[in-house]
Amino acid sequence: MIELDGLTKRFGSKVAVDRLSCRVSPGMVTGFLGPNGAGKSTTMRMMLDLDNPTSGSVRIDGKHYRDLEEPLKYIGALLDAKSMHGGRSAYNNLLCLAQSNRIPESRVAQVLDTVGLSAVARKKSKGFSLGMGQRLGIAAALLGDPQVLLFDEPVNGLDPEGIHWIRNLMKALAAEGRTIFVSSHLMSEMALTADHLIVIGQGRLLADTSMADFIHQNSRSYVRLRSPQQERLRDVLHEEGLIVVETGSGTLEIDGATTEALGELAARHQIVLHELSSQRASLEEAFMQMTADSVEYHAHSELGAAPPPVGPHWGDEWNRRTAAGTAGNGMPGVPGTSGTVKGA
Amino acid sequence: MASVPAVLTSEWTKIRTVSSTVWTLISAFVVTVAMSAALCALMNAQFDDLPAVERATFDPTLISFSGMVLGQLAMVVFGVLVVGTEYSSGMIRTSLAAVPQRGSFLFSKVAVAGVLALVVGIATSFVSFFLGQSLLGDHHTDIGADNVLRAVVGGGIYMGLIGIFSMGVATMLRSSMLSLGILMPFFFLVSQILSAVPGAKKVARYFPDQAGSKIMQVVPDAMNSNPAPYGPWGGLGILIAWVAAALAGGYLVLKKRDA
Repeated sequence: MIELDGLTKRFGSKVAVDRLSCRVSPGMVTGFLGPNGAGKSTTMRMMLDLDNPTSGSVRIDGKHYRDLEEPLKYIGALLDAKSMHGGRSAYNNLLCLAQSNRIPESRVAQVLDTVGLSAVARKKSKGFSLGMGQRLGIAAALLGDPQVLLFDEPVNGLDPEGIHWIRNLMKALAAEGRTIFVSSHLMSEMALTADHLIVIGQGRLLADTSMADFIHQNSRSYVRLRSPQQERLRDVLHEEGLIVVETGSGTLEIDGATTEALGELAARHQIVLHELSSQRASLEEAFMQMTADSVEYHAHSELGAAPPPVGPHWGDEWNRRTAAGTAGNGMPGVPGTSGTVKGA
Repeated sequence: MASVPAVLTSEWTKIRTVSSTVWTLISAFVVTVAMSAALCALMNAQFDDLPAVERATFDPTLISFSGMVLGQLAMVVFGVLVVGTEYSSGMIRTSLAAVPQRGSFLFSKVAVAGVLALVVGIATSFVSFFLGQSLLGDHHTDIGADNVLRAVVGGGIYMGLIGIFSMGVATMLRSSMLSLGILMPFFFLVSQILSAVPGAKKVARYFPDQAGSKIMQVVPDAMNSNPAPYGPWGGLGILIAWVAAALAGGYLVLKKRDA
């Protein structure tokens, strides 16, 4: 269990982390999401007492990091792939860490085996690829068999097999009752691994919610229909009182109806369907919408600036819910303005 | 609190598992011994050509340490790299996450590396002394003569302390390149030049190397060197004060700054 209480970090006049309060619970993977420069890494460094908070505090099982006896046995962290001495072998890099916390030397070979680096254990770590460096960092985090694990952007530099491996590793560790806190700037990655979600933008808490709630609240689901008899289909749908949105490519999108109901409806009226599919607006879009105001580094080139197209109703609906306050359950601090950028 | 013996063991592993430790310490030994031996042989051959005042204050002990001017630079590199590579490799964050008590971390590292530097320094000064004396022919001295043992042990301590001083400076500057960029020219050029400039002499004799190297002199104002208002032990005391200041500064920086 990690508790952040009013955690604040200023660099000169710039506020990197702004009164962040939340808790990270055991037994699940908590995703820590935010655009680049949102303060994720700074927050994680403060959790490990590497950076001193300007104000506020972090407690790990009720204790300050500095008061932990042999901290690697409580909390393991992967900060970045380059956090080992390149001139030292992978084995020896881990050995000196193990010795400082009185972790038995046998554990070094064990964790190297876990991350799949046994074959290169005696090689100097400067020759390692980004992915191997990442695995070595994960091995270091696992060294003390800690109950709490922090991973800062763990999938960076990993190949698809490695990404798959780290996802399963995190889930397995959480299933053992450990606290897993993992940062990412990729919503799609979080959607696959995290059970709980903490979203920050410009150092401020934007959302602290379960993944299921986030998906429920932020992804509009609709049914897409395509038919050679589009005119008739539309009339039939209107008669049923369904709201139909016509998209450019000759397809219809219908809210609030299941594929089963629509399929049976079409069959009853003997309308040929070329497509009948259930769709979801991507979580990536929800995330971008949420953090639109707080993105630190906007791209201004023509190619990079345009956000991916958002479904016609989607922004409106999100705004409506935010404005009405129904999104308040578990989503503190979501400013009404963040949704008004588009759609309004 | 982290267990101090555990942190010491860990720091010892760190030191013995990188190659820079071995080559910097071997360089310190080889350069000092070889250059001292060469100068002793040269002095023996050209003794009669020396100016009268240098012949009068000829100090065979000090001459056998003359290679330390260069050898100490390797010791500076050792001291800087022991601390500096933590920063250049990014290891510092991993290290401090493992040992968050920054005082324990720094002083364990300095203790392990410092003892190693002192051991190598003393081995260097003894080998340098005996080899040098054997090459000085009639002008040699004996380890049993007055103050000679003090000078030989002192020479080793001097080398070790220069290494420890460099560790303190590197902790303050948090960079190997920056530390070497300041310390190398300082010890090799600035200090040597200023000690020869009339106006600056009075200040330069309080520099760590100028003051500390007094311990290696057996003959007062040996080899017509600058007289100093402190004795050999006073000089070593001044060097120790520099070392203490560098370590205190390093500790404060490490404690206050974000890693």
